[in-house]
Amino acid sequence: MKVSLTVNGDRHELDVPENTLLVEIIRERLGLTGTHIGCDTSQCGACTVHMNGRTVKSCSLLAGQIDGAEITTIEGIGTPEDLHPMQAAFRECHALQCGFCTPGMIMRAIELVEQTPELDNKAVREGLEGNICRCTGYHNIVEAVLHAARVPQSARAE
Amino acid sequence: MYRFNYHKPSSIEEAVSLFNSSDDGFYLSGGQTLIPTLKLGLASPVDIIDLSNIEALHGISVDSGLVSIGAFTRHAEVAEHPEIRRVLPVLSHLAGRIGDGQVRNLGTMGGSVANSDPAADYPAAVIGLGATIHTGKRTISGDDYFKDLFETALEPGEIITRIDYPIPDRAAYRKFPNPASRYAVVGVLVADFAGAIRVGVTGAGPCAFRATGIEAVLNQNLDPDALKVVDLPDAGFNSDLHASAEYRAHLVKVMAERAVTDILAL
Ligand code: FES
Ligand code: FES
Repeated sequence: MKVSLTVNGDRHELDVPENTLLVEIIRERLGLTGTHIGCDTSQCGACTVHMNGRTVKSCSLLAGQIDGAEITTIEGIGTPEDLHPMQAAFRECHALQCGFCTPGMIMRAIELVEQTPELDNKAVREGLEGNICRCTGYHNIVEAVLHAARVPQSARAE
Repeated sequence: MYRFNYHKPSSIEEAVSLFNSSDDGFYLSGGQTLIPTLKLGLASPVDIIDLSNIEALHGISVDSGLVSIGAFTRHAEVAEHPEIRRVLPVLSHLAGRIGDGQVRNLGTMGGSVANSDPAADYPAAVIGLGATIHTGKRTISGDDYFKDLFETALEPGEIITRIDYPIPDRAAYRKFPNPASRYAVVGVLVADFAGAIRVGVTGAGPCAFRATGIEAVLNQNLDPDALKVVDLPDAGFNSDLHASAEYRAHLVKVMAERAVTDILAL
């Protein structure tokens, strides 16, 4: 089937089998391997990307469902030279160990900060319920999100 | 994953006719249950019929006494909708605690109610608020809707279009979530309609139900302590690795007590 979608600002017209998942399009067709597959049973959140500005688990969406959508992956939010403030906060707070869960954590955390006016420890922990860190480094992840939430909006890259 | 045909109809009539002409068709709403199910090979329909493009399944309206929600409305929309939060906060609260954030951004109310997972949250609201379910061709009272494990009053191919929720004077929902999945081990919604109490329970039995015994006690005395003496039989309750039937029966009482405490604090 034909689908068209925008990923990190670039428009793509693709012909894919009906049973293709969004994460397969991202990783295998577009070569954007920053989005990870941790469980494939929609539990871990490693595959989290933004669809039309909201986080979704890209392992749980069919190609047909994302036709016309705007997708942002971890590659679309910052560069090694110019990190997104959430990426910078994760580095600053040592919020990653193996790094496998990190792209999903960061994509979800960005939405959380955008949506929640008053983020506290509890709200961050609840907000990250759909993301699992197998290294179990939650303490520093929560610290990083709270740290990024304190960065003024104006200093935040889009 | 196995191969299937994918359809995206733009009207209910078209969706139903696709369903009727398929040997093995299945409707796709938000997909947060269905897609993992397909991936695990627990279902393998030949035709997937995506309902997202059907205008009639969208939209929220708030009238005096009634909140009417299109079946395709995502959980996050209900959780965030300013009008629903104002007039029916118990529903926003419930929707905001389904699964996790990513699941709420995709999962839909109609999908949840049509699937009737015994541990889903929405069924507690359908029962507890005495909702009315509209399908393309008829209306079904919430009390008559849930039949058994994953079984509802829907006929093959019938599509929920919207659900109307009456607005109570006050209401509260409490659930004991499974710590991993966030599904309700038990969830209880207590609503007060001008002194008439309704209690909807999810998670405990094969499908959501009204706890009439608890209602009778609360109609006499809307007090959490009044429930201490209620004897809730666990016959027919679910027993699995998450909780025994006996423990679920206990949780129903505890969640009801907490919901009543919340109501009295409103
Ligand atoms: S890979 Fe998608 S949730 Fe784990
Ligand atoms: S840092 Fe290793 S999984 Fe989270």
